Amino acid sequence: MTNIIKLRIRNLKKSFGSKVVLDGVNLDIYEGKSLVVIGASGTGKSVLLKCIIGLLKPDSGVVEIDGKNVISLPSYEREACMRKFGVLFQGGALFDSLSVWENVAFGLIADRDINRSTARSIALKKLAQVGLNEDVANLSISDLSGGMQKRVSLARSIANDPKFIFFDEPTTGLDPIMTNIINKLIVKCTRDLGITGLLITHDIGSARKIADRIAMLYHGKIIWEGAVNKIDTSGNKYVNQFINGEAELR
Amino acid sequence: MIQNGSRMNPLAAIGRSTITFLINIGRVVLFALSTICHCLQPPFYFRLILRQFIEIGYNSLPIVGMTTLCSGMVVALQSYTGFAKFFAEEAVATVVVISMLRELSPILTGLMVAGRVGATMAAEIGAMQVAEQIDALTTLSTNPYKYLIVPRVIASIIILPFLVLIGDITGVFGGFIIGIYKLNFNPASYIFFIVQYLEKIDVITGMIKASIFGFLITIMGCYQGFNARKGARGVGVATTNAVVTASIMILLTNYIITEIFFIN
Ligand SMILES: Nc1ncnc2c1ncn2[C@@H]1O[C@H](COP(=O)(O)OP(=O)(O)OP(=O)(O)O)[C@@H](O)[C@H]1O
Ligand SMILES: [Mg+2]
Repeated sequence: MTNIIKLRIRNLKKSFGSKVVLDGVNLDIYEGKSLVVIGASGTGKSVLLKCIIGLLKPDSGVVEIDGKNVISLPSYEREACMRKFGVLFQGGALFDSLSVWENVAFGLIADRDINRSTARSIALKKLAQVGLNEDVANLSISDLSGGMQKRVSLARSIANDPKFIFFDEPTTGLDPIMTNIINKLIVKCTRDLGITGLLITHDIGSARKIADRIAMLYHGKIIWEGAVNKIDTSGNKYVNQFINGEAELR
Repeated sequence: MIQNGSRMNPLAAIGRSTITFLINIGRVVLFALSTICHCLQPPFYFRLILRQFIEIGYNSLPIVGMTTLCSGMVVALQSYTGFAKFFAEEAVATVVVISMLRELSPILTGLMVAGRVGATMAAEIGAMQVAEQIDALTTLSTNPYKYLIVPRVIASIIILPFLVLIGDITGVFGGFIIGIYKLNFNPASYIFFIVQYLEKIDVITGMIKASIFGFLITIMGCYQGFNARKGARGVGVATTNAVVTASIMILLTNYIITEIFFIN
């Protein structure tokens, strides 16, 4: 497709107290492409995502979306920017005081002036895309299994037809068949609908299916970045260790 | 810094905790100010305000009614033993009416609501914070202040005065019951004395106090919830802090308001 850089991250740094989590991250994501960030647990993948979407304030660095540095934007412009994002949180972050369909329709009702019945029918369509039928729609969140909750929050994150998706571990906790369905859904979003994606996963099998490019985060830096078909020949010992799941470096 | 705490000079320790204390006060004040700003700008979530009316107002009725009724009864009993028996009827009626309206009903309502509602708010918002639901609100084009805090603040500022009004009535009624059935007063003349000592200004100051208490309770509950640390323990600590700080602030502001209105 195009070669427009949609998201540009330069020298992004974030520490909590004396603990350095991100130590100069550089990344580019092209429009309509998906980048998968891999890395060991606790390396700061979720922190990176939150810094990009503006939920955490980085200590320094540049986050450019469509050529605009969003870190220095005033809050109302930042909110307008966020409307184009679909965000999936690692823990789901569903509102447990609302029903399933109200969760999915939440952004629709907040964002556009549509009535509840239209919002509900859109929500049902999105739920169907993640393999949940109408019976689930009126349940409350606490009545769902962990995997079902994940899919509901996936449906919520794409309900508003975002231009940009940020998914933190979209397939963790799903069975292999469901994982495949979700992988296909993500691929459909990025390849067919032209949505740009930043995805985080531990599952290297998923990463191979959904990524255009893969980046590995290690000790606060991106130590390797490349096209998905180059991952087996990266020549980087940490990448090899990660994709082979070895306990020790070779 | 903290590692060498054991060797720290005691003055430095005092200084540090004073600074932390002042920083926290500053944070709460900023939080309250930005809440007030958000209260004045649309959008307003009327459904949520309505739900909070029920949660804060209607559901607090039993506990407010019980506490004020019992205190009205106790005040009647105690003031009877303490006063000259000759003017008993007048004295008991006066003491019950003035103490309930001016102090007991607002204070008891404030403390009861702080315990019931302030704790719920801190726990609810704290749990949402821990589960990243507040972050999720932001990403779904909803301002968490407007969605979570403003409805609670508006509802409690409006509804607490009415709770106090009901507390006034049940408290005076408690005194009446004791007066009639226990102390064998004449109902007609007891009511006459109640009406005679019933001042509009007492009722109004009580209601003003209640509004301010409502604001304090919600601000503390929401602030603690927003700043809850991760985990069940974090939410527990937030709940305790919300109730304790709100109660202290209620007692302090009550003194200040009483001084402004009644001592001239
Ligand atoms: N709000 C915070 N305050 C202090 N430390 C934090 C905070 N958020 C994250 N951290 C720390 O930052 C580090 C990175 O956390 P993060 O959640 O980004 O890991 P991750 O790569 O997403 O791991 P996982 O794959 O297990 O989700 C962790 O060591 C964590 O302790
Ligand atoms: Mg994570």
